[in-house]
Amino acid sequence: MKAVTIRKGSSIGDKIFKVVAIGAATYVLAIIVMIVINLISGSAQVWQKEGLYFLTGSDWNSVQDREVYGAAPYIMGTFVNAGIAMAIAIPISFGIAMFLSELAPKILRTPLSFLVELLAAVPSVIYGLWGLLIFRGYIQDWLETPLHNTFGDQSIIFSGTPFGLDIFTASIVLAIMIIPTIASISREIMLAVPNSQREAAYMLGATKWEVFRLAVLPYSKSGLIGATILGLGRAVGETMAVTMLIGNATGQAAFPTSLFQPGQTMASIMANEFAEASQGGLHLAALIGIGLILFIMAFAINVVAHLLVARVVRSHEGAVLA
Amino acid sequence: MITVEQRAEFRKHFRYNVGRRLVLDKVVKCAVLVCVGLAIVPLVSILVDVFVSGSGALSWEFLTQVPGAVGSDQPGGIGPAIQGALVLIGLSSAVGVPIGVMGGIFLSEYGNNRYGRSVRFFNDVLAEFPTIVIGVFAFTFIVLTIGNFSVWAGTFALSIIMLPIIMRTTEESLKLVPVTYREAGYALGIRRWNVILKIVLASAKSGLVTGIMLSVARIAGETAPLIFTILGNSQFISGLDGPIDALPLRIWRLSSLPYDSAVTQAWGGAFILIIIVLSINIGVRYLFLRKKGATLLKFKTMRRMS
Repeated sequence: MKAVTIRKGSSIGDKIFKVVAIGAATYVLAIIVMIVINLISGSAQVWQKEGLYFLTGSDWNSVQDREVYGAAPYIMGTFVNAGIAMAIAIPISFGIAMFLSELAPKILRTPLSFLVELLAAVPSVIYGLWGLLIFRGYIQDWLETPLHNTFGDQSIIFSGTPFGLDIFTASIVLAIMIIPTIASISREIMLAVPNSQREAAYMLGATKWEVFRLAVLPYSKSGLIGATILGLGRAVGETMAVTMLIGNATGQAAFPTSLFQPGQTMASIMANEFAEASQGGLHLAALIGIGLILFIMAFAINVVAHLLVARVVRSHEGAVLA
Repeated sequence: MITVEQRAEFRKHFRYNVGRRLVLDKVVKCAVLVCVGLAIVPLVSILVDVFVSGSGALSWEFLTQVPGAVGSDQPGGIGPAIQGALVLIGLSSAVGVPIGVMGGIFLSEYGNNRYGRSVRFFNDVLAEFPTIVIGVFAFTFIVLTIGNFSVWAGTFALSIIMLPIIMRTTEESLKLVPVTYREAGYALGIRRWNVILKIVLASAKSGLVTGIMLSVARIAGETAPLIFTILGNSQFISGLDGPIDALPLRIWRLSSLPYDSAVTQAWGGAFILIIIVLSINIGVRYLFLRKKGATLLKFKTMRRMS
């Protein structure tokens, strides 16, 4: 009879495997650290020269000897653009999510949810192409020109030339892009509300809307806020579609005052001017500096969003177990 | 939870105003339908426009030739762009998949501790990063160090983008494998790393493939990081240390040219890109996500992707 030897402890293979796994996970953390270090060192030059003016100034000139870089218009542009897009996208996305989780007949639910998820996967350059070649014409003729003719130059936000390549168009296309994202996450969160909550409200004689407002909404509130913030993170960092549609003003002119004027966001100025910036120059450092600001904003937004979404998911998993 | 006080409040509320409540319910339902309509019309219009305008541009020449001179009579094709996209996807997967899968193994098998939780959290944050920032990072880290735009820089940037998606889906699908499978392996005296590789990973195969394919679909359409890393080119690939072209980049460049032929080509490129992205998404969902037990994974995967 063959003796069975019992090997104790973990083998060398186990140890190597574990170290490799830990290494792969550490790689992610290392990447984030490296991003911070590289963006800071790459933009050090512009912080030294411009100091706080880089955040607050609005002149932007890359001509040699007259170089001055103030990123305030682009930071404002990012906020305005993302803000308008969110204002349009949030109600519509919640409406879609509510439809898909509460109202839609069973046959419609699966295909519509599938369509929403597919649209979230369409690359942003395609949204940009469509916005530039198709949507721009419609929005110029049907929305911008009538609004401009009605309110004209007396109102500040509708002044300027309704040309189609402006903050207005970019914001609407951005809203169209982030609707699938917010809608699909919100739908998931609403579906995670236990049916007993809905049934309790129905039992009291509530209508569909009241069930939604009294049972679903309070339960999923922080998750929906998280979904919204995730959408905001996308809107802030979105590059291609915005670059193709916003009209690309620079310096003082890019400061957003009217909806019908060309603007610029942080992501779009990086994509636009990058090809012109020479290596090692101040211009490049300024663009990397804008990347650093964008990084910090996106990081903060995503951390908040994930903390909110994680809390909801955890509490729901707990609810399922209990 | 509905408390006792709330219940009393609801009763009072529900007993009165029946007519108004029903009207309000109808109004909200209509508003929701309007929302769905408002969103569905442009979104479907994108798909229809790309398919209609794009399919007209297709020809063998379009798919294989190099681009012609700007504005000339011979528009040429987008051959280098398609080739470059395939090269980039292949190389990025070669870098990103092993690291992502190993990271996912760590999170699922060894990650039930403080370090695992922080990796998971930052991984989630990295997944939602603006890709242009990752492009700038790859530019400062690789392009400035080496001195020229290269396929490697593009590969590096795209592999960072696909990494968090693969890690997360790997983790989720490994967690769906029952503990009993692992215990059965240990009971046979198999080493832990062999159990993980040969039993757990093999059982979670479909989830892994799903994550990898979805991340490929994601990077296939990425444009912003490529501006900073591969620059674009109108020739077929000559080496991995030089600039190349990629499909999304080519679409962007074509769309800004004021020629009808360029616009037609841009639609053609968009058509091919959307076919690649959508067929991966639809294919994966039909092949793998229909299986039993994959519903949880599907939800989590969707969240990562969206």
